[in-house]
Amino acid sequence: MEKNELIAKMNSVLAGEFEVEESSITPDANIKETLELDSLSLVDMIALVEEEFGVEIKGQNVGQVKTFANLYDFVFDKLNA
Amino acid sequence: MEKRVVITGMGIYSCLGKTLDEVRDSLYNGVSGIVLDQERKDLGFRSGLTSKLEVPDLKGQLSRGQRVFMPEPAKYAYAATADALKQAKLDQDYIDAHEIGLLYGNDSTAEPVYKSVETMFRKKNTTLIGSGGIFQSMNSTVTMNLGCIFHLKGINLTVSGACASSSHAIGLGALLIKNGLQNIVVCGGAQEVNPYAVGSFDGISAFSVRESDPTAASRPFDKDRDGLVPGGGAATVIIEEYEHAVKRGAPIIAEIVSWGFSSNGDHISSPNVAGPAKSLEYALLHAKESHGLNVNEIGYVNAHATSTHIGDMNEAKAIDQILGAHKPYVTSTKSQTGHEMWMAGASEVIYSTLMMKNDFVAANLNFNTPDPELPALNIPGERVATHFDTFLSNSFGFGGTNSTIIVRNL
Repeated sequence: MEKNELIAKMNSVLAGEFEVEESSITPDANIKETLELDSLSLVDMIALVEEEFGVEIKGQNVGQVKTFANLYDFVFDKLNA
Repeated sequence: MEKRVVITGMGIYSCLGKTLDEVRDSLYNGVSGIVLDQERKDLGFRSGLTSKLEVPDLKGQLSRGQRVFMPEPAKYAYAATADALKQAKLDQDYIDAHEIGLLYGNDSTAEPVYKSVETMFRKKNTTLIGSGGIFQSMNSTVTMNLGCIFHLKGINLTVSGACASSSHAIGLGALLIKNGLQNIVVCGGAQEVNPYAVGSFDGISAFSVRESDPTAASRPFDKDRDGLVPGGGAATVIIEEYEHAVKRGAPIIAEIVSWGFSSNGDHISSPNVAGPAKSLEYALLHAKESHGLNVNEIGYVNAHATSTHIGDMNEAKAIDQILGAHKPYVTSTKSQTGHEMWMAGASEVIYSTLMMKNDFVAANLNFNTPDPELPALNIPGERVATHFDTFLSNSFGFGGTNSTIIVRNL
């Protein structure tokens, strides 16, 4: 999957699940703030990314993925590793 | 002095309708909510019979952050409770400023348990179960969800008493109000309708296999009954201290006169006569002591009768034993709904109240050939136009738990 295609799909999936405007998802935006995630719904985002893209965000990686750009890079790199 | 307890709101989400008016009409017209479900046949069920109702889509009514913790029975319970609170004139401002209790019957939440375990086996990573799994899987899931959504701040407790769960919930709520511990309690019961919850129940041959004619399958008291049909949904009854309801200007629908209860202390699945008889006897004794109610004032008995051979038989014997020469109409609304299990005690108080308010007793469907082994009860196979001001509702459950509620018109 091309990175642009991956980004578009991720934005659509995340906006749909967490019920936010897709336009609010930008590369530099903070994931937790934009999707209004608390400690419980953060778990749901991790489960959703695994379910939709087959990539697990584990351990210290959770803390490193702060912005959507971080997330796009993390998932894209894992898929192409 | 013991306080009086009245019903000030009712809400229901059932195979007979999603509003009180729809349900009243279905009762009046003898509608059956029973269908044959192919998914159950595909899963190897002996019987694919079940009541049919869709899970409410609460998107737009509740946030994702609320919905993610709600399994099927909690969604039914939300729909029923929102309507009941509205009828009772309890808006969010009032609820936020007062202490309102919550006692709801529920005794399983199988689907999220199954899904959580399936994810665990498949993924070997518990994080991937998602955040809703634990909250959806607990037996108290309905009360934890309703308490948070509606901001209820009184007692908050799930009542698990098998198929008598929600009848006991109403009885316990009434007890708290009678003793001055709560002014208002949201009572009710919810029952999931998915196949996972009842697979083993099917496996022990408890269900009717009359698949060729689903609407004829639930036939309480009929000679040719061959088992129950599982059903579900949710029913909510708002109960309130009488003077409190009067001061609040709430609609006063009926009075909870008494609650009888007992335990068979016997077999886990086979009911006896003595236990149900004691529950009936206690309810009538308490009604006599607190309200001077005479057994002859009971105008209608909503039987537990689930369409099983021994259950219907032993309940009929208990009714005959305790009510004696008095022969009020006796029917089982499960002939229309199937067995709504954890929900049944509350839903059947609502069904009976709707009949009482509208001067009829719904037909005991499929009562074509009275079982000659039954004692003589007054069971109408057709709808009866009649006025009655007091009814009695029985609910019995596995393990031999019995509950009887007596309700009077106001």
